[in-house]
Formats: sequence, structure tokens, C-alpha cells
Amino acid sequence: MTTLRGAAASALPLAAFRFLTRSEARAAVEGAKVRWGFLVDTYKCVGCGFCVKACKLENEVPYDAPVTRTWVERYVILKDGRMLADTPLGARDGFTGMEVQGVQVRKREIAKAFFVPKLCNQCENPPCVQVCPVGATYQAPDGVVLIDRSWCIGCGYCIMACPYGVRFFHPVYRVAEKCTFCYHRISKGMKTACVDACPFGARQLANLKDPNDPVTRVILTQRVAVLKDEYGTKPQAYYIGLDENVR
Amino acid sequence: MRSHVLRPLWVVMGVVALILVARQFVVPEDFGIHERGFMYGYHRKSNEEEWKAFKVKYRTKDYCRDCHPDKYGENITSKHRIIQCENCHGPAVDHPDSPPKLSIDRSRSLCIRCHAYLPYPTSQRSEIKGIDPGEHNPDMECSMCHNPHKPDMG
Repeated sequence: MTTLRGAAASALPLAAFRFLTRSEARAAVEGAKVRWGFLVDTYKCVGCGFCVKACKLENEVPYDAPVTRTWVERYVILKDGRMLADTPLGARDGFTGMEVQGVQVRKREIAKAFFVPKLCNQCENPPCVQVCPVGATYQAPDGVVLIDRSWCIGCGYCIMACPYGVRFFHPVYRVAEKCTFCYHRISKGMKTACVDACPFGARQLANLKDPNDPVTRVILTQRVAVLKDEYGTKPQAYYIGLDENVR
Repeated sequence: MRSHVLRPLWVVMGVVALILVARQFVVPEDFGIHERGFMYGYHRKSNEEEWKAFKVKYRTKDYCRDCHPDKYGENITSKHRIIQCENCHGPAVDHPDSPPKLSIDRSRSLCIRCHAYLPYPTSQRSEIKGIDPGEHNPDMECSMCHNPHKPDMG
């Protein structure tokens, strides 16, 4: 048996035993060292919408079209038990008034009120990727779910499959579109456009594989929650101060 | 076997062979199952690089510092230091080459993103000094009285 195996090994072409260049070796190691995640602190969010504005301009999402890769939701829970929620134009221009869903809310009626920024959760089990019939959407080795625009046929299965409603049709390219965690920025060592634009630190990018990353340490040691845990998608956007009313 | 059975079989085999040959030309070479396995990793590898090559437009405050030390210095000591220059002036992209000039947005709608007072108890919004935009000098630009780079009055 051993001789047989030895013979098989010697029969392998020499090309199978090639040396990696330094950059190839580094890439192989780094690929295993990065897993991108996100932390949202809903107490810090003030609903200014600068993140949405920055995202749209950075990622060339048509500014006036009612589509966006990230958005901010406002939740107002009244003392009589009613829950009001809205996100006008995805909060591109921020929240500037007391009117929610056509209701003029007064200060003394409010029990709870807060803002919840949303973006792609870059799930560990992304249901949007499973349903793609052509292999146009996929998860990169660092956990980010991307769309191959030249390969997408625009069938829309992934848009239906995402439980978080993160995907939409790009009105210009006519393919599925989604948050990429600003892949062009994070792969250069920058932060995402929304993280940079947030004046209050409500949005944070984390490398979940790095235990010394300060944001990862918050996720690992403080009380955080994820959206729609029951779906089993293992979302990787963590929230501080999530409420049961948030959907 | 009878020829009337064989003949359609040849046709089917021909079609299958044609599809397999066409596949060789249509499917890119780097298309396949990569790090994340068949369920999540079935893709064209070079698309990752295409996304990485996307143009960066927001350059952050560090990009502005060297050429605009006066504005930068004024801003960095004020409460508005937490706000990026580009939040109000728009993305720098390759400024000053392109665009040669960035916009100056003096509209009230920009300021009231944060400074329209909303009394939301569990949000930091209620802690920001705010106004009722309908009551507080509705016809004036905020910047006529408040310096947006250094808003601390006095």
C-alpha cells in the first residue's frame, strides 16, 4: 500500500509542488484572518442620515431614486401602545420633524423613540446566495456577499430571499444590487463610507476574526443582538439597544 | 436496436455534446467553487477584484487637512470636529483635479438633520441642542449667525 502511494506521489507533475510568491502566501494567510462584521449602537444614532447620503454618493446609487443600500428607520412607540415607524427616502435627508406616518406626535405621548440604521448583515448563511440560479452572487472569503454585475440575469430571486429587504434592482445597471460593506474601501484599510460619515460613532466596522479589534471586543463582551435571529441566517451586523418592535 | 430509437438518441447526445462544447467558451476560466464551498462560493473569482477597483470618493478629513489648515484647525477644536468635511461639502474624489471646486451647502435642511429638536428619550438626538425649524428664524440661513466650522458661539 505504501509503495503504491509513493508511486502515485512520484507520478504527480512537478507543477503541483510550486512555491508561492510572497504576496500569494500573504493573501492565503490574510484571507483566513479577516471576517467583516458590523456594530450599530442605536442609542448613539440621531437620525441625521449622513450615512445614507454618503453611501449613495460613494457607491453611485441613483440619488433621487427610492432605492438605497443602507437606510435609517425611526421607531416611535406611543404611551397608548401604538407603534409608528418610517424611513422617508431611506432617511437620505435625515429626520427633521415630529410627524411619523402622517401622525403629528406630541412629546408627552412618546414612550420610546429611537433610530435604527440598517444595512446588509453579511450573513454567515446568506439565503440570497443560495437561491441564485447562475452563480452571480456569492460570499467572498472575508464574509462579504457580493454581486457579479456582468453575470447577474436580473431574475430577482435573491431580492425575494433576503429576510432583511436589503437587496433591490439597480435602476441603471438593471441587476440586483446590495450593500458591499464598501468592498473597495475596506480592502484598502479604509472604513466604509457610512462609518466615516457617522459623526456619533453609531456605526462601526469590525474584523470579527481579530480579537484585538476594539469593535470586535465590544461585540464579544457586551450585550448585543442581531435582527431576525430565528431565520438561522447568522447575521453579522450586531446591534446595541435593539427593541422588540424593530423588524 | 431499431434505428427509429437510435436516431433521436443521437440527436439528444449531439445536443448534450454541443452544450458541453459551448460551455467551454461561455463560462469564464476562473468561474468555480472557491473558498466558501458550492453553496455560497460559486462565482467568477475576478469579480472580487472588480469590486476592489471601484473608485473611492469620500476621502475623510485627513485628505483636507494639508491644503486647508485654517478651516481644519478651526473645525478640529470645535464641537463640530466629529463631522466630516465631506458630509457638508460633498465627496472630494480627486479634488482639486476633479472636481476643481467642492460645493458649499448653506441650506437650512443640512443643519436641521441634527438640529431640528426631537425629544426622543432613548436616542442621543434629544441631547443635541436643537430648534423648531418652523419657529426659529425660518427665512434665514443658519450660517448668517452660526459659523458651521466652529459653532461654539462666543
